[in-house]
Amino acid sequence: MENQKKQYQQKYEEKYKKYKPSPPLIKNALWAFFVGGIICIIGQFVQNIFIEQGMTIKEAGGPTAVVMVFISAFLTGIGVYDEIGQRAGAGSIVPITGFANSIVAPAMEFKREGYVFGIGAKMFVIAGPVLVYGMVTAFIIGLIYWLRI
Amino acid sequence: MKNQGQSLFFNSQPQITSTANIVGPFEGIGQLTGYFDYIMKDSLEGHTSWEKCESYMLEWSIRKAIDKASYQLSDIDFVMAGDLLNQLTSTHFAVRNLNIPFLGLYGACSTLVEGMLLASALIDGRFASNMIAAVSSHHDTAERQYRFPTEQGVQRPPISQWTVTGAGALLISANNSNSSKPKVVAGTVGKIVDMGIKDTNAMGPAMAPAAADTLIAHFSNLNIQPRYYDMIYTGDLGKVGKLLLIELLKESGYNLSTNYEDCGCMIYTNDQDTHSGASGCASSAVVFSGYIYQQLMQKNLRRVLLVGTGSLHSPTSYQQKESIPSIAHAVAIEA
Amino acid sequence: MEVQGYIFAFLIGGAICVVGQLLMDLTPLTPAHILVLFVVGGAILSGLGLYQPLVNIAGAGATIPLPGFGHSLVTGTIEDINKMGFVGIFSGALRATASGVMAAVVFGFLAAVIFNPKG
Repeated sequence: MENQKKQYQQKYEEKYKKYKPSPPLIKNALWAFFVGGIICIIGQFVQNIFIEQGMTIKEAGGPTAVVMVFISAFLTGIGVYDEIGQRAGAGSIVPITGFANSIVAPAMEFKREGYVFGIGAKMFVIAGPVLVYGMVTAFIIGLIYWLRI
Repeated sequence: MKNQGQSLFFNSQPQITSTANIVGPFEGIGQLTGYFDYIMKDSLEGHTSWEKCESYMLEWSIRKAIDKASYQLSDIDFVMAGDLLNQLTSTHFAVRNLNIPFLGLYGACSTLVEGMLLASALIDGRFASNMIAAVSSHHDTAERQYRFPTEQGVQRPPISQWTVTGAGALLISANNSNSSKPKVVAGTVGKIVDMGIKDTNAMGPAMAPAAADTLIAHFSNLNIQPRYYDMIYTGDLGKVGKLLLIELLKESGYNLSTNYEDCGCMIYTNDQDTHSGASGCASSAVVFSGYIYQQLMQKNLRRVLLVGTGSLHSPTSYQQKESIPSIAHAVAIEA
Repeated sequence: MEVQGYIFAFLIGGAICVVGQLLMDLTPLTPAHILVLFVVGGAILSGLGLYQPLVNIAGAGATIPLPGFGHSLVTGTIEDINKMGFVGIFSGALRATASGVMAAVVFGFLAAVIFNPKG
């Protein structure tokens, strides 16, 4: 009985795969490449401005991130970033601007549920896991490094 | 009323006295412009949240359907309505203002047909003489409940469908033999079918086997072939689900290739870039209460089978990696 | 030299995004999974000493994409361990990424207060 059901499901899955439209791989990859690349050029440009002000490359990293996050928050606020994302896919998700978008979008969306449980709590729906796993990984690597020195 | 297995026959043939629908601006510029009673100017229509706007649409469509028949709210015995949100949020706030006895229904996007079947059964059993069946859905309320916040820059996969912003209401009444209104003559209550599809973007393909199961039961219980109907409409299988349903029925010996269309493929134009078509409770509701109802009234179509299809998953079941249980109900309407 | 820097930022940054796009199109991973995966991936590459060379070549092309965020978390941790020993494990990651996180939270809050979603 259970086996027969599995067989039916497998047969249907094959049928579904036959009709399932596949994403336009090359077109999507080109969009992601160009948009992602352009965001990095803007980042490089901003970073160079800070370096010209006399900062080291390392010091310029922080303020550059701040500017990029600001641009992303603004574009998300006026409703443009999701339009870019519809075409660019990972090109606008993977840069730090995408991380900022993932914080701003739920914060805006859930304002109607209040400032504490809406904006405050929902802000980290997607960014939360990123911080959690990023920090835990950094902790483990730090621990290994400390044990070795 | 009598039944043959899961199929019902309404001997008194309740009539669909009037219908009303309302849609958002994006639906308004689609293929069916001209078949809507009201097209909103934006997705809020002056309300402070999308949920409030969805409630407004549902209430508006119910009032409009009653108004078109020149009835009063007090003439309605019961309202049966539903939507897609948790705890039927939109429906409860819409019906709150009507002061009519109410039964809430959840069948996801199959809710309209579920309501039509139950309303017809109550009328056929002489428990009621005027009933409202109504549903609503809203693209933005559905997105934020089921998927990502609307301003999140994510890419929709090609299999995904676009939730319809809109609401539709039907006023179903006891048969008045003098009238030429379309009549509800039979129906088939579906079983839950789950073919193991887990991708919540692929709701059409998940629901197609449920639609096939209900259609096969309907044809065999009534001892008819698909060509008995001038047109068979499914609710929101979308482009891919539609092809899968045709193939599933072909394997069972039924030919759907000539007189079948999916409401989800009738709302938007190709330029609107909705990928695999429309979905949501309002998909079948706005198409039936507008285009199909008018075709029935003008006798361009005399026998129609409407199959409401619903994906019965929740955001929780999806996160717990469950597959999508699906259902389909069929209702036969003759003019 | 300057033009060359921009070209490398474009090429490497774009290429990292293409990897993300292929993962999205060919696997069932959602954007949220991709973000997590890239930060963790960047942190591990950084721990193995493989990410800094990429930063040296591509500049913002390697620091703006999210693996760069993971890289900052790890380099910050290691710097603080070198400076303060064991306690550095708990201070370096956030110190190095403070500006980005702070900006995202503050601008996120302000944008939510000022703007309404358009749907």
